[in-house]
Amino acid sequence: MRDADRHETAIEARGLWRRYGPPGPGGFDAVRGLDFTVARGELFALLGTNGAGKTSTVELLEGLDRPSRGTVRVLGHDPATERAKVRPRIGIMLQEGGFPGDLTVAETLRMWAGLTTDPRPQGEALDLVRLTARASVRVKQLSGGEKRRLDLAMALLGRPEVLFLDEPTTGMDAEGRRDTWRVVRELTARGTTVLLTTHYLEEAEELADRLAIMRAGRIVAAGTPQEVTASRPSRIRFTLPAHVPPARLPLAVPAAADGHRVEVRTDRLQEALTDLLLWAREEDVELAGLDARSASLEEAFLEITQRDRDAADDAAAAEEHAEVSA
Amino acid sequence: MNTATLTATLTRLGALGRAELTLLLRNRSAVFTSLLMPVFFVVITRTSMSGVDLEETGTSANGAVMTGGIGIVLILVVYTNLVSAYVARREELLLKRLRTGEPTDAEILGGTALPSVLIALLQCLVLLAAGVAALNVGAPARADLLLLGVLLGCVMLTGLAAATSAVTRSPESAQITVMPLMLVSLAASGLMIPLEIFPDPVADVCRLLPLTSVMELVRFGWLGGGSAGEVLRALGLAVVWTVLSVFAVRRWFRWEPRR
Repeated sequence: MRDADRHETAIEARGLWRRYGPPGPGGFDAVRGLDFTVARGELFALLGTNGAGKTSTVELLEGLDRPSRGTVRVLGHDPATERAKVRPRIGIMLQEGGFPGDLTVAETLRMWAGLTTDPRPQGEALDLVRLTARASVRVKQLSGGEKRRLDLAMALLGRPEVLFLDEPTTGMDAEGRRDTWRVVRELTARGTTVLLTTHYLEEAEELADRLAIMRAGRIVAAGTPQEVTASRPSRIRFTLPAHVPPARLPLAVPAAADGHRVEVRTDRLQEALTDLLLWAREEDVELAGLDARSASLEEAFLEITQRDRDAADDAAAAEEHAEVSA
Repeated sequence: MNTATLTATLTRLGALGRAELTLLLRNRSAVFTSLLMPVFFVVITRTSMSGVDLEETGTSANGAVMTGGIGIVLILVVYTNLVSAYVARREELLLKRLRTGEPTDAEILGGTALPSVLIALLQCLVLLAAGVAALNVGAPARADLLLLGVLLGCVMLTGLAAATSAVTRSPESAQITVMPLMLVSLAASGLMIPLEIFPDPVADVCRLLPLTSVMELVRFGWLGGGSAGEVLRALGLAVVWTVLSVFAVRRWFRWEPRR
């Protein structure tokens, strides 16, 4: 990394929109006004359910398409109009495929090396992703996880400064996932900037310096994994004995009960738990299956996407209602 | 373009061409189309033309067969092969992947076309050698025109193949989408039937077809004949069709499957 580049912005998106299809109701806005930056050396994760606009966004950042509105800068250049300036400095792992099935692993890598300025030795790239033993196998005979490894090897071949990984571990077994995480961590340790999309929240929690959760083309939560989870309520769960109705719980504990199973959601886990436990000792109540935990990224994510589903259901219901009244 | 970027371009074309050649040789139907079909069609043409009296048009039957053979090679090896190749590479998402790398769009299309074009050029050389050495056709009257015709034909048909791939949804349906241009060219561009045997108004319309101009350049180049005006007209038409095909590619070519 050059000194002047340190602490600079690697990726910048400003007011980004991407529209498919014609203007009006026939078209669809997959990306609706995104703003974010990724600093050099940072690992930034984009999360969201299927259809939230992650891949549509990543393709704009990669320069595969131009935004319908807004600007993208990667290493200071427009990745779509200044492809030749950006491409030699970035590596891209697409969400799926892009291999002719009839080439072997080694032939595929050799082709890509011929397309890359100053490539890594091909053996080194294969070693990195532990695919050396499969070098002479046709790509169509590889497993899904092995194809993802080959994909990663190709993305790494040009020693990129910025690496785009679109669902890099989908289809991998647990070991493959760990291997990939190790490779990604080694890269970020050496200053590579990484933009990652993933379905696995554990993966984002493990790797990301910062993350953003997308919903319907917009970013609805962003920050470090700790910041995103800290804004979510913690949870206490327990079951009351049959002779204790939930109404007897102390008022300070905001509980929702389903029969005798009680769930408490609170931003102040310690206070709520203290109140609850003191009450239980005073009243001599046994809280069966007591479980208290801070919000995980998964819970934060589910809450946000659940909100999304509720909103979608409301919209569908409203539409149905409108049709009926029309 | 300076030397460094030219070297980089050639390296990338080489890498793409090598991979594509490997794929072509591993694809039985592509090998069949590239190597056996041209021979088959040239033999048929030879048989059919032996019954046609061309003496009064000043063209020997062998000359018509050999120059027609060049057209057959171009349409089968360059056009037909490349439509399937572009569609197959698009559907397996290779084209999209290549665009994530350093090659330009033109390099991707050119590199993919390279093996088919080289095989076609080799077959044209074989036809030329056979015509001169064994069939008494004579050496090319104007080798420059012959070469120019063949090269323009390669570029034009590569462009038309890329354009045709845009309306072809799968490698299998390529067998159908190549038919219009292939059949029209075989029948009406002087590949298998000399234009001279058509009534003049029909022949004039046929002269406007894409491959006819290429065929005229090839005939003038190898067999001679053709006034300066005729040569210029053929050259102009060939350039117009080539430019149109490049425009069509820029406008309609699809780099990704429809979703």
